Amino acid sequence: MKHIQPVNRKAKRLAEWVAGSRDEVRALQDTDTPFGCTTVFAPGWEVDSGGGTHGLCQPIERDLYDCYHSCYWPAQVPDGLTNWPSWAESCGAPMNDWKNIDLVFP
Amino acid sequence: MKLRTRSHRRMPTRDGAFVYLPDSASIVRLDAEAVTVLDRFECREGLEAAEYLAETGRGRDAAAEVLEELCDVGAIRPVEEVRPPSSSLPPMPFPLATLVLNVSSRCNLSCTYCYEYGEDKLPGQGEGKRPASMSPETALRSIDFLFESARGRRDVSVTFFGGETLLNREAIEAAVDHAEGLARATEKRVHFALTTNATLLDDDIIAFLIDHRFGVNISIDGDRASHDRHRSFKSGRGSYDTVVPKIRRLLAAARGRTRPIGARVTLTRPLPNLRDLYAHLTHDIGFDEVGFAPVTSAPNRDHALLGDDYDDLLAQYSALADDYVAAALEGHRHGFSNLGDLLRELHEGVNKAHPCGAGLGLVGVATDGELGLCHRFVESEAHPIGDIENGIDEDRRREFLEKGHVNRKIECATCFARPVCAGGCYHEAEVRYGDASHPNLHYCDWIRAWTDLGLRAYARITDANPSFFQRFERTSS
Repeated sequence: MKHIQPVNRKAKRLAEWVAGSRDEVRALQDTDTPFGCTTVFAPGWEVDSGGGTHGLCQPIERDLYDCYHSCYWPAQVPDGLTNWPSWAESCGAPMNDWKNIDLVFP
Repeated sequence: MKLRTRSHRRMPTRDGAFVYLPDSASIVRLDAEAVTVLDRFECREGLEAAEYLAETGRGRDAAAEVLEELCDVGAIRPVEEVRPPSSSLPPMPFPLATLVLNVSSRCNLSCTYCYEYGEDKLPGQGEGKRPASMSPETALRSIDFLFESARGRRDVSVTFFGGETLLNREAIEAAVDHAEGLARATEKRVHFALTTNATLLDDDIIAFLIDHRFGVNISIDGDRASHDRHRSFKSGRGSYDTVVPKIRRLLAAARGRTRPIGARVTLTRPLPNLRDLYAHLTHDIGFDEVGFAPVTSAPNRDHALLGDDYDDLLAQYSALADDYVAAALEGHRHGFSNLGDLLRELHEGVNKAHPCGAGLGLVGVATDGELGLCHRFVESEAHPIGDIENGIDEDRRREFLEKGHVNRKIECATCFARPVCAGGCYHEAEVRYGDASHPNLHYCDWIRAWTDLGLRAYARITDANPSFFQRFERTSS
């Protein structure tokens, strides 16, 4: 810090913590990630990744693609951008075909 | 996003300010630019960060940098940021660090202001329901209890209290011997402290206190006139002429061989001149430290301090603080221990969830082995929390500590003195409000003024002699 100098012992610990947290956590817009989650503007719960509300989460199986293709919703699905691009190929209509998708083993 | 300053306290310097941040108990030094930014965000409704960056004349990036630093240390935060109040306790059962043994509930003096036997005793105190003296067996069992309850702690402390402690040397000597044996066996360090009115000091007991490195606190109220006003024998004769030669003998024998010996002065109305009193106790008698404590009393007692007295007290503390700062700037130690204790806490950045360690790391033991929150509560019916045979009643302990947590004291939420005060003494609150967890609202203004005095002293010393506080780090680690 240039304008603030820690003086007592607690302030020194706080300053160390601030310096440490700088290195570990960076805002998304500061990073160089070109693709994926950062390209999607997520305005909130009430709309899906396309900005629509129709059929949101109805049926629940449709949610799969908001997690997988667009990373709109953080969930435990395989990474479809680089490692498992064909993971959901056997699941054309989630309501019917969800049983066809399988676990992945990194 | 709208931002505004959090509660803080400033101590201006020539080129900026020291700032105390009670959320974290940090003390930081701001340059003039940071002070300007802090000023701009000092508004109740907050200011949009973007609006500020647009209006500033010093360049957007430079301004954003200052603002970000102020946000990082918590001096400026979003208006809507709320910190949910939590009264969470550390993992329980919390290991004990200090046991205060009330070895005697008898006293050979009849001080008129005594909270234990005087008009302000708590129900149950001084009613003769318990033995007047702690038996050596109870003292030994108490020491066992401390070592068991301290678990992994490396350091434990035993403090002897009364009544007059030296009326029961048998229990003290038994406890010290046993504690030192247990300390050797368990590879712990044990420390002893004792408070006495000094009437019974003789060469034997002086040698004993020095050999076992006791921290000794002596109750003495100043020169003959101030002291004898309240501290008299049952006959009414003042005790000054009896105690002072004995104290001188102790101080001469202890010099350089034990911990600093402190005078503890109870302040009553009308207030004496504290600077003269301090000079008498340190220069004329030879004490290392002097601590002052306003009498604990219901407001209608003749000796109780009233509003004007507290203003006077603050002015007198301020004069002593000036002396302390002057000594510190020359690298010397000053014995005004109220300020020394406060500065130590400010330097460490202590942020208290509870006003003191009572019921947490410290408990008091009555003469019969019953446990109370601290020495001031033992032998009263208020907040018994177990006994040495069966240990601490953990449910009662937890219930009390949750209720006494500073975040449960609504009045304390916005106070900058919260980290060092946390609502003030439980016993004082019990006497005043009949509720130990009640914040001591009758002295809020005074505590704030006193904390402010401490902060200004801290800033003045750090500004001119920054290495002074390193001595606190050596002794506290």
